[in-house]
Amino acid sequence: MVDSAVQQETTLDTIDRQLINDYQSGFPLDPNPYQLVGDKLGISEEEVIQRISRLLDDGYLTRFGPLFNIEEFGGLFTLTAMEVPMDRFEEVNEIVNGFSEVAHNYEREHQLNMWYVLACESQQETDEVLERLHQATGIKPYPFPKLQEFYIGLRFEA
Amino acid sequence: MNSIAQRVAQQSQQQTTELLLHALQEGLPIVERPYQALAQQLGWSEDQVISELDALAGSDRVRRMGIVVKHRPLGFKANAMVVWDIPDDKVDAVAALMSKYEGVTLCYERPRRMPEWPYNLFCMIHGYQRDQVLDRLAQMVKDLELGDIDHQPLFSTRCFKQCGGRYVNKPKSQLGAGHG
Repeated sequence: MVDSAVQQETTLDTIDRQLINDYQSGFPLDPNPYQLVGDKLGISEEEVIQRISRLLDDGYLTRFGPLFNIEEFGGLFTLTAMEVPMDRFEEVNEIVNGFSEVAHNYEREHQLNMWYVLACESQQETDEVLERLHQATGIKPYPFPKLQEFYIGLRFEA
Repeated sequence: MNSIAQRVAQQSQQQTTELLLHALQEGLPIVERPYQALAQQLGWSEDQVISELDALAGSDRVRRMGIVVKHRPLGFKANAMVVWDIPDDKVDAVAALMSKYEGVTLCYERPRRMPEWPYNLFCMIHGYQRDQVLDRLAQMVKDLELGDIDHQPLFSTRCFKQCGGRYVNKPKSQLGAGHG
């Protein structure tokens, strides 16, 4: 089942890859965590710090810390789709992205060609934003709220 | 049983957690003693930061702690949201099997919208290129005997907003209400 994917052209060396692959789902809770990471990778604490800073600067990493579960904070994510006529795509896209509640907006190959996530505080707010999106664009947004979540891996092999 | 003292204790625990989450929004400081740096920011001891983080990492509020990567720069340029019409009584079992495949990062059951949208299971498959995603999908269909199941891969062609991996840019926090 595992296909060993071809590594892509990046500026990452073996140690960078090891760092990225080994520390996506946990990090030492020790006063000197970077020292422990360095011991594992066979490099100094200083070099770990330099490497992480460089990976952040070069845009490989978003952040180093927790990946939050927004719903535990009382928020609500709702995947939403629209069928946007191609000749209106840019215009509608601009309107939709202007909503602060909209995140992760992707164009996809389907009749429903615009897919984004609404991040709201409540169901009531979600319904209101859906209505405002409808009014602002003249296109009906279809919400696909999650009924059940099976897997959040979000791990990527470097 | 639920005395005022208990409620006060619960509330103060909640506030402690909120403060820590807020301090962590931009990530762990990249310095020799990162927990001590956080402690100084919060006016706590380093030990307290570590033990609160330990509790938080095991809670439902944090999916995981560690490096949050951007998948596009790492070469993961193709992604398909594959949607399936799975019989309701099989959804749990099929989803559990799908989630074991390399490249599958998300898997959700969502409502059908009949008649035009019969799909109730959505899984995201990432890959370096489109062909690799299609290969992974074909393998999955074959292994799990899903050939007769109606499904479609919806490849993304463009990404417009927040395509990184940042799931929360403003934790919904009472204490942090002034920020973000």
